[in-house]
Amino acid sequence: MTEVSQNFAKANLADASEGMSYLDTLPRRVITTWIPLSLILLVLLFPFYWMVLTAIKPDEQLIDMNKYNPFFVVGPTLKHINKLLFESRYPQWLWNTTYVSVLATFVSLFASVMAAYAIVRLRFRGAQLAGGLIFLAYLVPPSILFIPLATVVQSYGLFDSPMALVLVYPTILIPFSTWLLMGYFKTIPFELEECALIDGATRLQILTKIILPLAVPGLISAGIFSLTLCWNEFIYALTFINSVQNKTAPVAIVNEFVDGDIYRWGSLMAGALVGSLPLVILYSFFVEYYVSAMTGAVKE
Amino acid sequence: MTDAAIASTATGRSTWERVTSHRDWMGFWFMTPAALILIMFLAYPLGLGVWLSFTDAKIGKAGSFVGIENYEWLSDDTVFWGAVFFTLGYTIIASIIKFGLGLYVALLLNKNLPFKALLRSIVLIPYIVPTVLSAIAFWWIFDSQFSIISWSLTKMGLIDHNINFLGDPWNARLCLIAVNIWRGVPFVAITLLAGLQTVSPSLYEAATIDGASRWQNFRFVTYPLLTPIIAVVMTFSVLFTFTDFQLIWAMTRGGPVNSTHLMATLSFQRAIVGGSLGEGAAISTAMIPFLLAAIGFSWFGLQKRKWQQGGDND
Repeated sequence: MTEVSQNFAKANLADASEGMSYLDTLPRRVITTWIPLSLILLVLLFPFYWMVLTAIKPDEQLIDMNKYNPFFVVGPTLKHINKLLFESRYPQWLWNTTYVSVLATFVSLFASVMAAYAIVRLRFRGAQLAGGLIFLAYLVPPSILFIPLATVVQSYGLFDSPMALVLVYPTILIPFSTWLLMGYFKTIPFELEECALIDGATRLQILTKIILPLAVPGLISAGIFSLTLCWNEFIYALTFINSVQNKTAPVAIVNEFVDGDIYRWGSLMAGALVGSLPLVILYSFFVEYYVSAMTGAVKE
Repeated sequence: MTDAAIASTATGRSTWERVTSHRDWMGFWFMTPAALILIMFLAYPLGLGVWLSFTDAKIGKAGSFVGIENYEWLSDDTVFWGAVFFTLGYTIIASIIKFGLGLYVALLLNKNLPFKALLRSIVLIPYIVPTVLSAIAFWWIFDSQFSIISWSLTKMGLIDHNINFLGDPWNARLCLIAVNIWRGVPFVAITLLAGLQTVSPSLYEAATIDGASRWQNFRFVTYPLLTPIIAVVMTFSVLFTFTDFQLIWAMTRGGPVNSTHLMATLSFQRAIVGGSLGEGAAISTAMIPFLLAAIGFSWFGLQKRKWQQGGDND
């Protein structure tokens, strides 16, 4: 742990130090840093601005681009969002997405904690191999698995059931979480475990009473990143779920909202906005955990 | 030491105790949940997919073995070859640009900036928002009648009629590549930034005192230290781009006239929409060699340079 905190201290020091940037004059800094950075941020964020703007625009302003400047909105309306929340099945789809994501996250966290602990600390025969195989599983993309999985899900009698997604999503999450948690478990000193072993603790007790409390940041990282991946997942949900009431939000928006109506854009964008908001809010609270989840899994 | 001691005492006990407390057995029990899920829903389907590609299975009908008939059929199929070439082009162009832009953004963010943490969190937002939902926003931005891009260009006097973004094969392909880049740059940028932050500023100071230019600072200090992370990031980036599905399905569904099918969307089209599981499985299976090649290329290609430059000494 001390090593970790020293590293953090070092990183903070490096962040705060000015380095050689005092050599840059202000005009140079504006041209080489601020102008490109603002352009990039503009491009990255414009679709969201457009999404929000369209979601609150009254219909006539959507299609009359000569009378109203399309970059702004006059007299915003909540009509689309209202219609979405109270006149469609959208709340049901959001609930399905949440339910599937949370369950799948817990299933995979449980399995990953056990696997990561065994690989890092039990050092059983073949632990290295098991770690390698789990990493390989990370490289198998859903796009080549969904066809055979559709037949597997069918034969287990899970077709069109949210349980199919709860069981299938962990195949994406377990490899990622296991590698992330292995990194966290490695930073916990052996001595703590040895003390507990001498005091007569079983391996399970060590895991739940010593390792897990110390690995809470890792668990949060793995948990919220898994939640995001589940919320994002599309191809399995599209393939395994048929009936309208069982769909997840991303699939439902693509399939149920698309009709020939010229005014559909308002409700489509409202749907996209409401579907993204939970993740963006979660993200804004846990930015650091997201970043450490992304970079942690890559660094290992 | 402790583990060895435990192992030796465990051998003298009853079978039950050995099964519950021996290190190898414990490892087995701890691995069981993860292994069960991964075998049932990953390893088995992977094998089954290859098997299905040699059968004439349809939805609701178990197929019988037909040898390489599916592959023979595909080799004469121009739509399939179109999808293969578009997938390759999509992956190569998008990955190169994502790498370039991502590295550039990472270098920008690694400078001494106010609100650095805030800027970093904003850059990552496109990666957090579900792909399908941002793809729908782009679908609207690229609308044939009400596109904001067409409108702006018209107002600026650059064009006199709306651009048919997603209706024309080449425009559609370029738009999809652009959206993929838009979504992928944040991932590359933030992970490379994490790598950049581990490079000690004193290295740059030392190099500058020795007379290194900005470019040389990048080429001989930053780049060698960053290669291991670049290798991993680009392997994942290539992998996810090659197997992309959501973006295409949400924006064009492979149209106009099958010109924007990736191999993943084509296999979905054939297997789930069209019902011929065998043929779809053959397309999926055909992706495997490409994936292995892509992983091998970016992994070993960059790994070797790391070794040549002594990158693993630190």
